[in-house]
Amino acid sequence: MSGRVRLRDVSRPDREPLVHLENADLMALPDPLDGVEKDHAWASLSEQVKSKCECGLDDTCAVNIPKPKTREEEEQLVARFLTGLDKLFDKQNNWGFLQPLLLTMEHCTGCQTCAKACHIFEASGENEIYRPTFRAEILRRLYFKHVKHGGLLSAWQHGSIQLNWPLVARLIELAYRCNLCRRCAQSCPIGCDNGLVAHELRKLFSQEMGIAPREIHENGSMLQLKVGSSTGMNAEIVKDNVAFIDEDISERTGIEIHTPWDVQGADVLLIHNAGEIMAWPENPGAFALILTMAGVNWTMSSELAAYDAINYGLWYDDAQFSRVALKHAEAAKNLGVKRIVIGECGHAHKALCVIADRMLAGDLNIPRESYLPLLRDIVLGGKIKFDRGRNDFPVTLHDPCNMVRLMGVVEPQREILRALSPQFREMEPHGVNNYCCGGGSGFAIMSGNNFPDWRFHVSGRKKLEQILRAFEDCLGPETPKYLCAPCSNCKGQFRDMISYYDLWQKNRILYGGLVELVVNAMADVKPGFIEWEWR
Amino acid sequence: MPETCGLLRVEIANEGNAGAFPGLLFTKGTMTAATYIAIYAGLVLFLAGCLWRVWVYARTPLHLRWELYPLPHEHPYRAAYGGSYFETQEWWRKPQIKNRRGEFLVMIEEILFLKSLREFNRKLWVPSFLFHSGLYLVICAVGLTAVAALAGVLAEKGSAVVASELGSVVVVVGIAGAVLIVTGACLLLIRRSSDPAFKNSTKAADIFNLLFFIAAFSLVASGYLTRAAGAASVSEFAHGVVHFDRGVKIGTVFGAGLILASALAAYIPFTHMAHFIAKYFTWHAVRWDDRRNEPGRPLNTAMATNLAYKPTWSAGHIGADGKRSWAEIAASAPPEIKK
Repeated sequence: MSGRVRLRDVSRPDREPLVHLENADLMALPDPLDGVEKDHAWASLSEQVKSKCECGLDDTCAVNIPKPKTREEEEQLVARFLTGLDKLFDKQNNWGFLQPLLLTMEHCTGCQTCAKACHIFEASGENEIYRPTFRAEILRRLYFKHVKHGGLLSAWQHGSIQLNWPLVARLIELAYRCNLCRRCAQSCPIGCDNGLVAHELRKLFSQEMGIAPREIHENGSMLQLKVGSSTGMNAEIVKDNVAFIDEDISERTGIEIHTPWDVQGADVLLIHNAGEIMAWPENPGAFALILTMAGVNWTMSSELAAYDAINYGLWYDDAQFSRVALKHAEAAKNLGVKRIVIGECGHAHKALCVIADRMLAGDLNIPRESYLPLLRDIVLGGKIKFDRGRNDFPVTLHDPCNMVRLMGVVEPQREILRALSPQFREMEPHGVNNYCCGGGSGFAIMSGNNFPDWRFHVSGRKKLEQILRAFEDCLGPETPKYLCAPCSNCKGQFRDMISYYDLWQKNRILYGGLVELVVNAMADVKPGFIEWEWR
Repeated sequence: MPETCGLLRVEIANEGNAGAFPGLLFTKGTMTAATYIAIYAGLVLFLAGCLWRVWVYARTPLHLRWELYPLPHEHPYRAAYGGSYFETQEWWRKPQIKNRRGEFLVMIEEILFLKSLREFNRKLWVPSFLFHSGLYLVICAVGLTAVAALAGVLAEKGSAVVASELGSVVVVVGIAGAVLIVTGACLLLIRRSSDPAFKNSTKAADIFNLLFFIAAFSLVASGYLTRAAGAASVSEFAHGVVHFDRGVKIGTVFGAGLILASALAAYIPFTHMAHFIAKYFTWHAVRWDDRRNEPGRPLNTAMATNLAYKPTWSAGHIGADGKRSWAEIAASAPPEIKK
């Protein structure tokens, strides 16, 4: 590890990374990954990226900010940053988060309780730049100096820092070294929120400077608003794909299903993360089967953006967030449905059910809920017969932060698993004290440069430790194990991380959603819905 | 005549020989007057600073929901594991539970025993708990004295016995509080100076603040305990503060301690140490705010105000020009897509 980084190092004019991480520095993992030699070597950033982009923070580069060519260009960028900084603390521009942001800026005591809660800081071997207060302290000093126009007394009271382009460039990258899981905020005795700091910084860079990772902006929210889905599927393609899924699932289960589209006045408008349709078709297929067998009057919508529950704006941009939330609500209104039900997507849950609650007014305020209570009531309701013996293999549950810590949906999924999975075991800690999968806030879809190496080694490491400990009594390949992750984003992270560490081949750890487990245990369905094949 | 009340001597009669014990023992009226002025000024500035800070936060717009579970005002069954009303189908058809008792109990545990710190940062909890316990004891002592003084219990014509008993309680509580504050602050100072984890977030003012507490309360406690014969008791001093009686004799050290403590009180609201105010907002107004957007609620008015704000963000995809509202921007596609 590099020597201890001081706060003022972020203003260092050279472009050299502040830290370099070695596997030996990282938090140790349990069996079968115990020992540095069992870990993978990190891929290095290419010389081309290093020469063209600002990579002055650590060993990776998430945002690919082009290096300014002249001093004037640097100064212009700093000036834009300062304009954005002012707007962050202005109610016209940031009414949605002004109060919690002010409180966080003005009342942190620096007690470092947040650091003990942060999985990234812990997994990195307590590397200073990943300390939750490191990022916040930079913003705090800039706030007191440039927004509050503090002088010498303020510098004495709040600290000072030199603002220049290298600092801004490093801060942009640093805003994307936090999963926004807000576990730090949960532990803060004052109630300060360093996750919010990362969120607000991302907003400043996107909304003022037009800087955001390509995966979540151009290929994410922009594509969704243009085509209908970040997957690139338009309405026609999505309908075709779902028809294919219906056919496949009908064949596999022996039960005929047809996903209904655009049904006026339906009880339920189901919105999936469209990534499921592309990457894990058995998930929307399982939903269709369960809802059909339960007799729910449901539909999907083919309106623009309404067949994709994702709302990446949640992670980086309030305007994009509002636009997508509005599209979802408008689709429901146009169909005259009674309620919107969100499928297995954590951030979509929080976006539409929680955050958008204070944006959607009048006839757009259509009731919105998680699929989990509905699924729990179906499973425990007795209308569908289950054979829990079909799920007699070790199952553990990952709690997506957005559904659990940030929304309070904790028990329904557990009630289902207790009913249907005889070998269900919890991770520790779990529920509202869970750890992020490491792919939260967009990381799971950010695969540029060597960023995946960082998210496997650092942001996903704590969760990996939890998974291995949950299955420590049955790690051998003779026992197939199921990591239940009822969130598309988390599944993406698990797919990549489990594959990276070869845990399917060597230890037979498979990941999947919750509805797949439910269908697998349905007595009237052909056995073997879960195929125990890597995908 | 001095009376003995328990372990501590409380001076009832004020037969002090002003000027007979110059320097550190006790002083003539100037020090007394300066102390009174400092106390009044400190109190006024403290209250004004607190009100200003409340005003700053209270006037910010209604924020978007940003709660963190568990919420203590949920049903006790759900609050125990962090569940919410989102765990039931069609939650909007059911009334929202407000378990005020649960909320109150969590607040008490957090305020008195610093539960979060104990749970998540045990090493820091010990010094912080000592420090905060000391503050609470000193606040109790000051509050008790102020109430008694204002109610006339300490008046010359009041009951000497009651004044004496009250005085001894105040002294015990106050001195214990000061000792705890100084001990806690010293331990916090050691921790902050020696633990590299604090290096990047420690400012000069953080060290100064702890030294300020140590100095003020060391002087108050030592000044009172080492006061000379004839110096005013707590009861007499409190009575003197209320009536601005410059004839009351106090020791220089005690007086200096009180002046410092008053300055400290005036300073606190203008620093991050005013987290006793912030905490109301961060916990009640942010972490625990799960109020639903239901028609006819005051929330709707605040939402309408917010959506009418006109942003000026410069990035092209926002399409903000300072004339279009958030509602209009949300209802339109990014300009790049329109083209």
